Amino acid sequence: MKSESSYWVKSLKNGLIGGSLSLLLCVIGMVLAFGTTYVITGVITMGQVFVLFPILFESYFTVRKVSPKNPLVSLSIGGFVGLVGGAVLAALILIGQIINVRTVLLNVSPDLFALLTFNLPLTPGILVLLIVTVITGVIGAAVLLLPARIRSALTQAVLYIVLLGLFRDLIVTVIIRWGFLQNVFRWLFAQSGLSILGAVVLFLLVGGLVYWRLGRPKKVSVITRSPRQQRVFRWGTWAVLAILVLLLPVILGSYFSEILDNVGIYVLMGLGLNIVVGFAGLLDLGYVAFYAIGAYTLGVLTTTEAVGQLHLSFWGALPFALIVAVFAGVILGLPVLKMRGDYLAIVTLGFGEIIRILVLSDWLKPILGGPQGIQQIGQPKIGTFTFSNQQQLYYVILAGIIIAGFISIRLKDSHLGRSWMALREDEDVAEAMGINKVITKLLAFAMGALFSGLGGVLFATKIGSAYPQSFSFLVSINILSLIIIGGMGSIPGVFIGGLALVGLPLLLSQFTDFRYLIYGAALVVMMLVRPEGLSPEARRRLELHEETEEIPFEEPATVLKTPGELGGS
Amino acid sequence: MLRTLRQRITLTDIFIWVIGLAIAGVVIFGTVRTLEQGRYSASGWLDLTIKGLALGGVYALIAMGYTMVYGILKMINFAHSEVFMSGPFTAVFIALGLSESGFLDKQPIISLIIITLVSAAVSTLIAVLLERIAYRPLRNAPRLVPLITAIGASFFLQYAFRGFYGSGSKGYPTIAILKGTWNIFGIEVFKIQMIVIISAVVMMMVLYAIVQWTKVGKAMRAVSEDKEAAELMGIDVDRIIVFTFTLGGASAGIAGILYTLLFPVVNFYMGFFPGIKAFTAAVLGGIGNVPGAFLGSIILGLLEALGPNLFLTGLGIPSPSQLKDAIAFIVLVLILIFRPTGILGERISQDKA
Repeated sequence: MKSESSYWVKSLKNGLIGGSLSLLLCVIGMVLAFGTTYVITGVITMGQVFVLFPILFESYFTVRKVSPKNPLVSLSIGGFVGLVGGAVLAALILIGQIINVRTVLLNVSPDLFALLTFNLPLTPGILVLLIVTVITGVIGAAVLLLPARIRSALTQAVLYIVLLGLFRDLIVTVIIRWGFLQNVFRWLFAQSGLSILGAVVLFLLVGGLVYWRLGRPKKVSVITRSPRQQRVFRWGTWAVLAILVLLLPVILGSYFSEILDNVGIYVLMGLGLNIVVGFAGLLDLGYVAFYAIGAYTLGVLTTTEAVGQLHLSFWGALPFALIVAVFAGVILGLPVLKMRGDYLAIVTLGFGEIIRILVLSDWLKPILGGPQGIQQIGQPKIGTFTFSNQQQLYYVILAGIIIAGFISIRLKDSHLGRSWMALREDEDVAEAMGINKVITKLLAFAMGALFSGLGGVLFATKIGSAYPQSFSFLVSINILSLIIIGGMGSIPGVFIGGLALVGLPLLLSQFTDFRYLIYGAALVVMMLVRPEGLSPEARRRLELHEETEEIPFEEPATVLKTPGELGGS
Repeated sequence: MLRTLRQRITLTDIFIWVIGLAIAGVVIFGTVRTLEQGRYSASGWLDLTIKGLALGGVYALIAMGYTMVYGILKMINFAHSEVFMSGPFTAVFIALGLSESGFLDKQPIISLIIITLVSAAVSTLIAVLLERIAYRPLRNAPRLVPLITAIGASFFLQYAFRGFYGSGSKGYPTIAILKGTWNIFGIEVFKIQMIVIISAVVMMMVLYAIVQWTKVGKAMRAVSEDKEAAELMGIDVDRIIVFTFTLGGASAGIAGILYTLLFPVVNFYMGFFPGIKAFTAAVLGGIGNVPGAFLGSIILGLLEALGPNLFLTGLGIPSPSQLKDAIAFIVLVLILIFRPTGILGERISQDKA
């Protein structure tokens, strides 16, 4: 039985953590960057959400951890956490009044203080800030006191409001393209964020829907359709989905098509890296090398500039680009065959950097163009039709993804796929079972390089040129984050990761500066909380949760010793 | 005997040896041609050598962080390059402040000590936080998990510091008394390079002494040998790991200041190349081995300073120093292929990694 005072120590600690997290978001500049992006117009900005969310989270977390019996104690713990968190922010404001922190920390500016004090003068501003954080803390605690059904209705409603408010600009851009939608949905949104009416309606709508859905008795799944109907139904779903995917660029317009193209190229490369990292367990940090090789080979072969010698067409150069990429993959694969884990990661990273350095160097400038890169890269043509703009290239990229996806899916449960997984689990055992390590590993590298090279080809043709700057280490990290967030070894995970990690930052311009910060944090948090990813592969999930599943085996021993307590509890 | 030998040699081995021989051939051929052409004078080579030694000294201090953490946790602390960046990037504000107030010119040595201490303190803080938040919860996780965490942490730190201090580069103020040269045995040597070399050697000796001769150093070695057994012997493993990160962080912070003496510019991505090279140096010397890290760093520093001019000029490659960063990576690859144990190390790259 814990004493009451330990509650308060814990709340103090968690309040400090929550306050520090808010402080970090302020100092990094995220709060300020979203300071004028309203979620609900005139009520709350995204910046304020960033300030308050860590405090809310910490108070929820604290109360859940100590779970006091008395609801009043719960609420006061929540309020205390909020107060401590608010005090940390207040301290920042006060320090900022005394010394000019801004010379060191760029983002601790008068604007930030104004945002934190709700544009009020100093003393009332800090008081209001503290009151707001205390209320936030109390809300965090109160959420736990609610019945589960109301709680999830509430959380989802709030989540939808934040998301729709955040993506207001994008949604409006799409709506405007379709005049009739504009009249139906325009009232939801204000100049920035949701209108108050829109927020209220959305809240009631989503909250009500979730509440209603949770209230229904769980349906026992009974197959009511005949196998034939099921088949028709399944094919129907696929057909609708396919038509939707095919029509996306038409529906969304050229701006979104470009984003889709970028997402597509990353998804394509993600599928390739997924084979190397997810299936075969070889952590490759130099994946960008093949991307660069693919792009540059296409560039050298098709460019109409003076550096080009052959002036091939896109389709003529494509096989060469892919062959060169695969060859590079095998060349990289050979020396690292015996390495595992960390060393492999660093060596592949080195390989990627070597390629970038070579491309940038004066030595290869006559062929590769040095820092200026290669311009005027050929575009795919079928007959007389040229895929030139973003909307048309979407289909070329889509074709690439379909091929890569098909190969991935077919490979996954094939003989080769299973060999990769065996090697991933235990190299020595796999070899003893008769798996040819050399061939299997090289094939993984080659497949990965193939898709990455294809990604590079598509990228080069999309932007019409190849610059060394496009092929930095960050690209490798981008793709790695994408497959890890999505779930290593999981093919749907690649798509989810691609949309979330490449799509979102492109959609929200304020995020661009914080893109890699968020990737980094996401990788760490993901590994700490959910190492199997958002859409995990079944096998991997089992693997990573071994420890947690073993616990029940130990418990019975202690339970059996004290059977009397069983009845008591 | 002969038959088993023949079975062991596979096509890949032959391929690898061919690559190795080809690189060796290029290096020898290039060196001979360069020396034949005689484009650089003897004093030119000497300057480069001293530059290489100074670089090697800096790498050695960073490499300590890699090698000690690897020795104990058997993981590559990928974010160590950001630990290295955080110190000098923070201390630049102190340095600029001191320079503005004129204190830097009046009391250059005290100022330098203050700057170094601030840098070391920040780097240590970051290293310890990193261990506490990102690595400790994952100590028994599968092998790839902490590595990915480290990569994530590395990017988080880089861009967090970019958020703190901005994305531009900041220049360190020049310190008047460190300008100019000393004449040592008739050789003109830049004062800064000499100071960097001496400080690095002194620091390495201090670190070696700590690891080798103090109680906590003994505990560190015990933990790196066998964590469970060390725990049974009454060693607080968590505390030792924190101490290791402290030591690594502090030496990275000091290395950061020495690095800024050589290259007086700081920015948020400055850690990447020195970090990766220091890691290469640690592997070259034998990872987990303190004298090895020093030896490897000196060799790598020399290779980096001399290599491009010595190997590549003779081959007619224009502006060879552009390729100096590639040399470090090629060295790393070659070491891992032909002698994964490093010069002084035991065999780990395959078995324990």
